[in-house]
Amino acid sequence: MCSGRIDLKFILRAFSNGTDGVFIGGCHLGECNYVTHGNYDALSVVLLCRKIMEHIGLNPERLRIEFMSSSDGIRFAALANDFSRKIKELGPLGTSEGIDENGLKSKLEAVNKLVPYIKLVERERLRVPVKSEEAYNKFFNSDEVNRLFNELIVDKLAISQIMLLLREKSLSTGEISENLGLNPSEVSRHMKNSSKQGFVRYDESGKRFALA
Amino acid sequence: MVEADRHANIELLTYTEVDGVEGEAGDFRVNLTKKPRYIIEDKCTGCATCAEYCPALIPDPYNQELSTNKAVHIYFSIAVPLVSYIDENCLYLKEKKCRICEAVCENGAIDFSQQPEKMEVKVGAILLSPGFEPFDPGVKDEYGYGKMPNVVTSLDFERLLSATGPYEGEVKRPSDEKHPHKIAWIQCVGSRRVTEGDNSYCSAVCCTYTQKQVLLTKDHYPDVECTIFHNDIRSYGKDFETYYQRAADMPGVKFVRSYVSIGKEIPETRNVTIRYATSEDGVKEEEFDLVVLSIGLNPPADHNELAEKFGIELTSHNFCKTNPVNPSETSCPGIFVSGAFQGPLDIPESVITASGAGSQCGEILDYRRGKLTQERIYPPERDVSKEEPRVGVFVCHCGANIGRVVDVPSTVEYALTLPNVVYAQEQLFSCTTNSAKEIADIAKEKGLNRVVIAACSPRTLEPLFRDTVREAGINQYFLEMANIREQNSWVHSKEPEEATQKAKDIVRMSVARTALLEPLQEIDLPVNKTALVVGGGIAGMTCALSIANQGHDVYVVEKDTDLGGMARRIHYTLEGLDVQAYLRDLVHKVYQHPLIHVYTDATITEATGYIGNFVTKVKSERGATEIKHGAAVIAIGADEYKPTEYLYGEDDRVLTQLELEDQIARGEERLIKSQSLVMIQCVGCRNEDRNYCARVCCSHAIKNALKLKEVNPEMDIYILFRDMRTYGLMEDYYREASEKDVKFIRYEPDDNPQVEAVEEEGRPVLRVTATDPILGQKLAIDADYLTLSAAVIPPAGNKEISQLFKVSLGPDEFFKEAHVKLRPVDFAADGIFLCGTAHYPKHIPEAITQAYGAAGRALTLLSHDIVTVSGSVCEVKEDDCVSCGACITACMYGAIEFYDTPQGKKARVNPVLCKGDGLCNAKCPTGAIFLKHFTDEEILSQIDAAVPEEEIIQQMDAAVGDV
Repeated sequence: MCSGRIDLKFILRAFSNGTDGVFIGGCHLGECNYVTHGNYDALSVVLLCRKIMEHIGLNPERLRIEFMSSSDGIRFAALANDFSRKIKELGPLGTSEGIDENGLKSKLEAVNKLVPYIKLVERERLRVPVKSEEAYNKFFNSDEVNRLFNELIVDKLAISQIMLLLREKSLSTGEISENLGLNPSEVSRHMKNSSKQGFVRYDESGKRFALA
Repeated sequence: MVEADRHANIELLTYTEVDGVEGEAGDFRVNLTKKPRYIIEDKCTGCATCAEYCPALIPDPYNQELSTNKAVHIYFSIAVPLVSYIDENCLYLKEKKCRICEAVCENGAIDFSQQPEKMEVKVGAILLSPGFEPFDPGVKDEYGYGKMPNVVTSLDFERLLSATGPYEGEVKRPSDEKHPHKIAWIQCVGSRRVTEGDNSYCSAVCCTYTQKQVLLTKDHYPDVECTIFHNDIRSYGKDFETYYQRAADMPGVKFVRSYVSIGKEIPETRNVTIRYATSEDGVKEEEFDLVVLSIGLNPPADHNELAEKFGIELTSHNFCKTNPVNPSETSCPGIFVSGAFQGPLDIPESVITASGAGSQCGEILDYRRGKLTQERIYPPERDVSKEEPRVGVFVCHCGANIGRVVDVPSTVEYALTLPNVVYAQEQLFSCTTNSAKEIADIAKEKGLNRVVIAACSPRTLEPLFRDTVREAGINQYFLEMANIREQNSWVHSKEPEEATQKAKDIVRMSVARTALLEPLQEIDLPVNKTALVVGGGIAGMTCALSIANQGHDVYVVEKDTDLGGMARRIHYTLEGLDVQAYLRDLVHKVYQHPLIHVYTDATITEATGYIGNFVTKVKSERGATEIKHGAAVIAIGADEYKPTEYLYGEDDRVLTQLELEDQIARGEERLIKSQSLVMIQCVGCRNEDRNYCARVCCSHAIKNALKLKEVNPEMDIYILFRDMRTYGLMEDYYREASEKDVKFIRYEPDDNPQVEAVEEEGRPVLRVTATDPILGQKLAIDADYLTLSAAVIPPAGNKEISQLFKVSLGPDEFFKEAHVKLRPVDFAADGIFLCGTAHYPKHIPEAITQAYGAAGRALTLLSHDIVTVSGSVCEVKEDDCVSCGACITACMYGAIEFYDTPQGKKARVNPVLCKGDGLCNAKCPTGAIFLKHFTDEEILSQIDAAVPEEEIIQQMDAAVGDV
């Protein structure tokens, strides 16, 4: 098994379980013992996941990837100590970021539901042509990727979160926007599209949206 | 050791001496005496109760007598077999008193009536691996060893650093058991000296082992000041140069180039002073808390007896005399030698010599291969699909390695509270043969269907424990190892409570995962009996001959028109071998061999397949050929660096060593008659572009200098060097050159020599200017010729071959072996092996040894009819596959392809090509493809179990509250 086996959903599951930080260790980039170089895939998953975390209000520093060889024991220990210190500084997941437990669970659940879709986006649009750590960091912080991220993932994520809320009970646009901290006009747009696609219906009597 | 012990075709006879040998190659009779250990091996469980009660304290021979042990004890913590022996200092053996051990041994394993037991074994070939004897600095007064307690040898220090050492890995100095803060190492103790009692040769391993000790010391105690007093630093091995730099760049580490002498012992502190001299400060005397003597390697103490018993000859240094072109061959046919009895060797090279000697034994014995072999028979596998998981947990103390930090009994108790766990116990060493048997027995007795072993990293011992569960009729994939040593006790030695909690967490995660494990079957593949050797130089040809001599067809593919490779440009070796004559004979043997098929002017266009079943397409002067083969050996050699410095290519008096050698061999008159010649070492390596030592250039320079002195003793020869790296037995030639007045001038890398072509009194000369390190002044030498020791660089085709065969290159772009020490001639890709300078620069005898090594490794594959591949590979749930192809693009091995099914295109995995990296799993949007043994569910179960128990209870309470 290679670090490239790390699935986005593993990281999400750890955070859903209340883990305050996730550390992924891979081999040194460019020094694959095989021809796999899967640590670049792990790096890609981490960079993408950090973007998502930032978007849902979690500190992306809670997720770290580092590269080392089996002879880098000292380096591993130093990195692990540093990461532990950092996570202690950041405090417990969610509450330190002003998100309550239920809010956190629902946000992560919404992302988790999108994992298959995110994988497709990653495959189709987020491929980095050059295999170097610098190129990967640059790519994932580029305007182009930010635009793609907003276009392809942010909207879907909002809808995913709305659907999870509506599963509990019917809500008005105002209540949804308050709940998710989204702009009411954004929420209206999502609701309009979603009702067109037949995912939700508007309950005239209660002036609320419900799952179709 | 454990693997050798468990191998069905290896019988270990420990504590046994050879009395004599009769017969000849193919038919030896060896007389042996098994010494009495006063322990019945079959009955001893290695529990060490006898040692606990034994009243007789003896200096522990394993720990360099730095600590004590009992007269009855197990020799060392992972000894094979792990049974006790009774030392001659036993009170009963000496004075017929005591016998306490007999009373306390519950197994009745003590037997004082044992007598030396004579036996005879019949063998076809003999391999001598008696190792070396560490140099004893006590024979010389000057080191103070044995008189000053704080002067220790490097072997003593090795034990001090070891977790199984006298202070359990704490470095304490002998005089007061305090931690030393200032440690000095003195290099070349007993080596590179012609004085009485010393060895004239270089011991070849001390520079690098000292660097290792420095790094380990700094790892244990970052504040310790380390000073290394050295002569040349001989970092000539693969990756040694960067290792040296790592040690030298550590804060608080000083490398001082100086001869030294031990001064005195300070009576109050028992510190030791060392006198040394540097060009900056002159002579100094400095005090150290501890002094480590980096002692060299002597031949085995009983070398004369060995020579007599086996009828072999020795060298003037009393190492085994070997064939100059085959360092594994002794003077007696059928008797081979591996390891440091050949001369000083490090671990990787010893391992290579062992594989090489193995192959040569195979050549002798091939005609009756398989006649006496035994196969391990496992009991039938129990079908447990209808059973609930019944997990057994075995928590290993690893002697003190784990037990000293982790509370093992409490971890066992905790394991018993976990779901599905029906049994748990502790073990002293789970890896011993007896413990492994215990695991198998208990698994059967308690009806376990899953086993968790909480011990070390699975890297080394997982195969052993998989074997163990198979012995109990359990599928081997029902085994899980929880690493509580490397990832726990070793890193948390100062936090025992937290470490115990972590051990419990790790065990809990493993147990959770274990419940979901599936039984997997491994696949047996047929093995094509043919080998492919890429490269027809000395290494490739030697390897091909050794494989062919064991009855296998071998295809040799050479890119040039002729066989021979770089050796065609080498005329003689330092030891005096006529390389061209040797090469002609070798080429002749290759062409004459009915099983060897040579393709010259050849390029490889495609290489596909996998272990046991490769298909390689070759274009050559014979046209296009498709070769089917079971194993491949990469032996594509290396190139000579073409210098861009020192007027090379601009002035025809500037030559590389190979060009110089060619001119010497041709008797080029202008060269022979010249008055003066300068050589510059380290051209094109040990620099930023190539941060490695090309290993062979120092001895090549000496070789050519000696040859020139032979034909023109009047010639002035200067060698400008950084460190002379005439390692091992080649040191004698360095001394000879010095005695013949070859002048050696050291230069620093930041002050390279300068070369200009000038005319001096009408004589055109190359003026070489360098700084004399002793006088500190510039020195100008007018030379008729300048020879550059140009680096050996990776071969031109390395990248293509690496891609074709999916084998990797190291940072210096030589081919990278699977493991430096454990698998030095294997690639990480199964069925592909490596030898010669494609691996790293090396001398001809070294390349030949490695070629035999690669042949030996290839034979371990080719001699079998089937090879078994892992069951942990990917598979596709076709119903979930949406034909997106994400897995196919992710797979670097081409293991996944679309197949047409009635439901449309579906991905399917070729399990033989799948390496089990699992990249495809992370890409598949629907979770259709899954890596067996590492499925999403299995991994997620571990992630879920990672959350500390209190939180689970909280969550459970919350859940109950909801109801």
